[in-house]
Amino acid sequence: MKEWRFFAAEQRATLLALVLFLVMFIIYVSNHPAGFTPNVVQTASNKGVILAFVAMAQTLVVLTAGIDLSVGMIFILCNCVGSYVLGGTMASALGGAGLVLLTGLGCGMVNGLIVIFGRLQPIVTTIATGAIFFGLALWLRPFPGTVPDFNGDLADLFTGKLFGVVPASLVFLLAVVLVVWVPLSRSVIGRAIYAVGSSDMAAYMSGMPVKLARFTAFAVGGLLAGFGGLFLTFFTYSGEASLANGDNYTLFSIAAVVLGGVSLYGGRGSAIGAIFGALAFRTIGDLLFVFDFDPLWQPLFQGLVLALAVTFGAARLFRIRNRLEMFS
Amino acid sequence: MADGQALLRMEGISKRYGGVHALEDAHLDVHAGRVHAILGENGAGKSTLIKVMSGVVAPDQGRMYLDGREVSFANPAAANRAGIVCIFQELSLIPDLSVADNIIASNPPTRFGLIDRRAQRRLAEEALVKAGGEDIHPRARVGDLPLSRQQIVEIAKALARKPRLLILDEATSALTAADVTRVMAVLKRLRSDGMALLYISHRMHEIAELADECTVFRNGRNVESYEQGAKTDNEVVEMMIGREYRHAFPPKPPRPAEETPPALAVRNLSWTDKLSDISLEVRPGEVVGLGGLDGQGQRDLLLALFGVLRGVTGEIAIDGRPMAIDSPRQAKSADVGMALIPEDRKTEGLMLPMSVLHNLSFAALGRHARFGIIDRQAEATSVDEMIRLLAIRSNGTSIPVSALSGGNQQKVVIAKWLMLSPRIILLNDPTRGIDVGTKQEIYQLLRKLSGEGAAIILYSTDYDELIGCCDRVLVMYDGTIKTELAGDEITEHALISSALNIAPQAGAATGEAGHAPVSAASGSVA
Repeated sequence: MKEWRFFAAEQRATLLALVLFLVMFIIYVSNHPAGFTPNVVQTASNKGVILAFVAMAQTLVVLTAGIDLSVGMIFILCNCVGSYVLGGTMASALGGAGLVLLTGLGCGMVNGLIVIFGRLQPIVTTIATGAIFFGLALWLRPFPGTVPDFNGDLADLFTGKLFGVVPASLVFLLAVVLVVWVPLSRSVIGRAIYAVGSSDMAAYMSGMPVKLARFTAFAVGGLLAGFGGLFLTFFTYSGEASLANGDNYTLFSIAAVVLGGVSLYGGRGSAIGAIFGALAFRTIGDLLFVFDFDPLWQPLFQGLVLALAVTFGAARLFRIRNRLEMFS
Repeated sequence: MADGQALLRMEGISKRYGGVHALEDAHLDVHAGRVHAILGENGAGKSTLIKVMSGVVAPDQGRMYLDGREVSFANPAAANRAGIVCIFQELSLIPDLSVADNIIASNPPTRFGLIDRRAQRRLAEEALVKAGGEDIHPRARVGDLPLSRQQIVEIAKALARKPRLLILDEATSALTAADVTRVMAVLKRLRSDGMALLYISHRMHEIAELADECTVFRNGRNVESYEQGAKTDNEVVEMMIGREYRHAFPPKPPRPAEETPPALAVRNLSWTDKLSDISLEVRPGEVVGLGGLDGQGQRDLLLALFGVLRGVTGEIAIDGRPMAIDSPRQAKSADVGMALIPEDRKTEGLMLPMSVLHNLSFAALGRHARFGIIDRQAEATSVDEMIRLLAIRSNGTSIPVSALSGGNQQKVVIAKWLMLSPRIILLNDPTRGIDVGTKQEIYQLLRKLSGEGAAIILYSTDYDELIGCCDRVLVMYDGTIKTELAGDEITEHALISSALNIAPQAGAATGEAGHAPVSAASGSVA
């Protein structure tokens, strides 16, 4: 086999997610009254990038064959923290942004420590910690609000356009991919994350850092959810402890991960695929808008697209020769 | 014996699992530049021995010396660092990673903290060449490779760690004949490079070709060590047996007449590359054993009969009527009347947290239901009957089945199927890990059931059981039935030599009545 074929096989799921997104986005733009203009792209990008960050966070945990039901709440908590610390001068607002990210990282580390040392299943752990994170968010922001001296300039810098054309949020997402995801996926720990999800026993027998991999997946996941919370604050200039938002983002992140070709059994997929999955998932709502559907149809269509994508992914079941393998 | 200090020396190693001695006072010397073969039948302690050596389990007692210095390994990684690398029977590969990623799994070369993929690829290619797998692409996903290629990757992975002692546990069992030849050449080269090799295999001709020295294990103890060639195959088999019978078996009634129509008849059954061209017949009142080494397709055969496998070819006839059985649900229906007592009672046989009552009545729920509603009175009555019949010792029927002893759990699994009064009963190693008393009760029960007209197929890894319980034994090798033994021909000697697929010695009971035994030479085409 030629080299490029191996590359194609490795990246197949990610490429499919890219194609899915491009098809949907082209349909959307070509039916948009304003057409393919910087403003349309900027709006779409700003909406998509938040979910993309949360989906990346979810990807890391799903790769280890776990699931993080607290991502949405980490995201909300970071948003509420942001609405307190993103004020004042540019320097102090930037420092505040760092604090928001640290909050996310800390939440992820707590999850990871409980899963490793408490030996609890990720699903139960994150239901519990998710509730705690939301409790903290409510305590911080019982009512939606913001600091009086919120630094809108900094926020606009991240949500505006570079050179009047390129959406800044998209550039920032790319930067995070390059600084966080790419090095991680090429490190020993990153490989161990895949290995743990693929076969944790074989990973242990191969002497890989199994515990460190699980911990890192949760911790970096928390950090990425923190990026999402930071961006939400940039867009809204405020913080809100919204239970509906938190739950939605948790569930949407799982949907995006699946659309992006990341296997819920662990070990396969990439955060880049999940980003395309998130962008595609967001575009569903935009499509309904340009075709003048009632927005109330949105959940139904999102569900249909997700169900179709999952069906596609389950095709491997037809190849199984021993029916007992279907249950494992 | 080789001169000089042993590379690895083990002394007085003991390991118990529960009440079972897996190893008792075992000792072993392994020398550099030599191939040391370990022989022994199923459960002789070979696997435990190498698990101790490679840091997977800690021994209860005993010492290990490497180069004369005492060592102990906390985990596989520690053993690896000391130069002891094991290729396990169950693959340790990660299916979703590439070949190169797997070969260099434990400590990949890094640049600036990131994995240097180019250097890694070079190392992987080198290791593949050493292992005779030049044709395997380093970027291929391991899960996509056929099993025999995966085994080569596994060997390459071990070699990439630059071992001083390489342990191969049945490492050739999944290989094709051409691959075996290549691996043999590789291993000989490694030996002449001064590596110590520990070789565990059931294939006598491979051992004859490769080994310098052999050690036979039995019941967790060393029997004897000898230079390869010093003993005949026959003597080796004798050493591997040498047990007295410990189980009492009920007397065997006269076998049903040849002309009795079979309850189950199978013609030319095949499935993927695991089962090929299997034909057999079981008459009512007959207990037919499946013998052979572990993993020669016996489990797959039972699953195929029970409708679990997809894509099975060949014909199955029940009471003379051809049937296509494609689910356990159909297999247990009144038309077929089949029951399978599965191998792993904890996952396939029982719902552990549920009550004894519910577990017992699962398979037969349909019989106690009217219009889909379960008649609890009828259920309780027949459950009580079963508990009496099998003498299940349980503190009431409402306690969770997980609270019972292993033997009683197994009785629950059997009883659950007996409630359907099956005519064909398949048993997959039913007495593994249960106490002697319960074993005897199960043997009695099997005889009682066959006496009432049931046709029984019993797969067992315990040769005593096959000898004591079965009217006929079909010995499987490499997914097909190689030998059929009947009546007095069923001896431990005949079972072991046909399981190893070697030519039986003159004077030993052989399967004249069955298929002609295949010679050792043709056995290499596995």
